[in-house]
Amino acid sequence: MSRDSSESDAAAGVTRSDSDAPLLEVDDVVKRFGGLTAIDHASFGVEAESITGLIGPNGAGKSTLFNCVTGMLTPDSGAVRLAGEDVQDLPPNRIAQRGLGRTFQTPKIFRGMSVRENLAFAARGQTGERPISALVRPGTVGSEEADIRERVDDTLAFLSLDHLAEEYASGLSGGQRKLLELGRVLMLDPEIILLDEPMAGVNPSLADDLLDRLHELNDRGRTILLIEHDMDLVMNHCDRVVVLHNGQTLASGPPSIVQEDERVVEAYLGGFENA
Amino acid sequence: MGVFTPTALLSLPGWGSFLLTVLTIAGIYSLLTLGLNIHYGYTGLINFGHVAFFAAGAYTAALLTVPPPAQVSGAEYVFGLNLPMPLGLPISLVAAAVVGGLLATLIGATSVRLGSHYLAVATFALAGIFGSVLENEAWLTNGSFGLNSVPKPGRAAMSADTWAVAYFVFVVVVLVVVAFVLSRLTGSPFGRLLKGVRESEDAAQMLGKNTIRVKLTSFAIGGAVAGLAGGLYAHYVGSVVVQQFVPAVTFTVWAALLLGGVASNTGAVFGAFLLVGFRESTRFLTNIYDSLLASLPTVAADALRLAVEPLPDHASFVPSLRFVVIGLLIVLVIRYRPEGVFGDPNEIDAIGEED
Ligand SMILES: Nc1ncnc2c1ncn2[C@@H]1O[C@H](COP(=O)(O)OP(=O)(O)OP(=O)(O)O)[C@@H](O)[C@H]1O
Ligand SMILES: [Mg+2]
Repeated sequence: MSRDSSESDAAAGVTRSDSDAPLLEVDDVVKRFGGLTAIDHASFGVEAESITGLIGPNGAGKSTLFNCVTGMLTPDSGAVRLAGEDVQDLPPNRIAQRGLGRTFQTPKIFRGMSVRENLAFAARGQTGERPISALVRPGTVGSEEADIRERVDDTLAFLSLDHLAEEYASGLSGGQRKLLELGRVLMLDPEIILLDEPMAGVNPSLADDLLDRLHELNDRGRTILLIEHDMDLVMNHCDRVVVLHNGQTLASGPPSIVQEDERVVEAYLGGFENA
Repeated sequence: MGVFTPTALLSLPGWGSFLLTVLTIAGIYSLLTLGLNIHYGYTGLINFGHVAFFAAGAYTAALLTVPPPAQVSGAEYVFGLNLPMPLGLPISLVAAAVVGGLLATLIGATSVRLGSHYLAVATFALAGIFGSVLENEAWLTNGSFGLNSVPKPGRAAMSADTWAVAYFVFVVVVLVVVAFVLSRLTGSPFGRLLKGVRESEDAAQMLGKNTIRVKLTSFAIGGAVAGLAGGLYAHYVGSVVVQQFVPAVTFTVWAALLLGGVASNTGAVFGAFLLVGFRESTRFLTNIYDSLLASLPTVAADALRLAVEPLPDHASFVPSLRFVVIGLLIVLVIRYRPEGVFGDPNEIDAIGEED
């Protein structure tokens, strides 16, 4: 946003009222764990090509909401729409195939595989993933593998992980694991990317780097929804902010407006304005 | 020690053909271990029912090739296709692999959604049920008497020893072909897919992969290889009886895989030869002991006698000691070299863990 303000202003205001439904829509979603209502009639939308921040105190239900959106959990009621279509009853792999990628709060990397294999795994439409084809169509598989290798190299360079390509992922640091997971999502090349605290545990200079990368992606037309506790970051880098509190959406809108919202200040931000 | 010469061993009855038997069985167990390696080593599926796929293959091969019951006195079974040998052999083996694969897919379909440790229990139980079915459905399997006229392909045309050599060569050829195909598979994007599912099912799903289908495919491939091993076994031994297909087979294969090295096809074959070699050769520990006593100088023989004096003098002592040794070996490997002989420690980092 900071880079191209005319475009992001459009995303935040004018275009939004003109355009159709948001790219991702959470509509009155409820998710209970036994007696605990983790998501309590949450509703919000994520505009195409925006960077949207999802904030809220610990235990607000942010990660649970990600799980409901990505199909890892099925909401008890309500709907999740991706590009206007209901996806709340689809399994995660089908939702991913429709163009949604995510990372986890604690990265779920393939520890026993090399960094390169981790990324190559994520490429879509691989002929060699079918065992018969893997055996009888070495030509096709070989040329696809060459393409994948090239994309993997590009992605590793983009994330400054190229020097680790042949290392086992189990040897990576916490911050590098976050980057690796992001790299896998990039290989999937989804329309919308959900990131669960991508900066947590990442050292400040690396985090700045990562932030630049996210803006680059956004400039290339990718929509980003990210969970983040760092208020400065959210307020400075997100086009829109959604505030979750006790499983409910307390407010959503441009950061400047959300920041002023009395209920938000009371429930969550506290002394943020002094920051 | 120097007095212990190969002559002592060679004087054992049937030394050469015994060695050949061990090697042939080891070749067949190598296939079983390669199959389990696809399940556990590459996909992380804890399959404790492997013997069922082995049995399914053996019975399939038997039913396709035994003479019809009318030609066998006292037969309870109703079905024997009597495919002519040796031309029927490829059909019999392919069918054994197909049935092993189908049974694995079926067992997988009922339990593959379970977490890894529940999967272990479920596969063990389902294999037990399959074993009871084999024992009780005598119309098909001839019950606990088994099917005892499974043809040995080509046996009529040659002497017993020649046939033993020929069949061993055949088993080795099949083993080499299967190992080659599996190595191609595990080195391909399909192998990468299996490993990703092994490492994190959640992540694999979030990257658009249908992990249920991947696991079923893995089950099918490993089960087919085990079924093929069953077919080879049936035509080698010449009879198929439920007592051959006990859980101990599954655990022997597991021990071979863990010793040889998880997620290594070389390791799987090495482990199978090591374990079967040990299991079979120590069968005759008492014979070796006796011939040792006979060939050693009197002083040494007396010393040896004195050394084993405190051990119980019971016929089943030595045979059961073998399993204690195998158990100890596994404990040592898991403690000091968890990746096995040929495994890669990095690869087994997350194996068998839940997300
Ligand atoms: N699988 C589960 N079973 C039972 N309760 C759960 C489960 N997952 C989450 N919860 C509960 O739901 C609530 C919301 O958890 P969630 O992880 O979504 O919070 P969060 O907003 O991501 O918090 P944080 O900022 O600490 O990551 C918490 O009270 C948590 O204990
Ligand atoms: Mg969370």
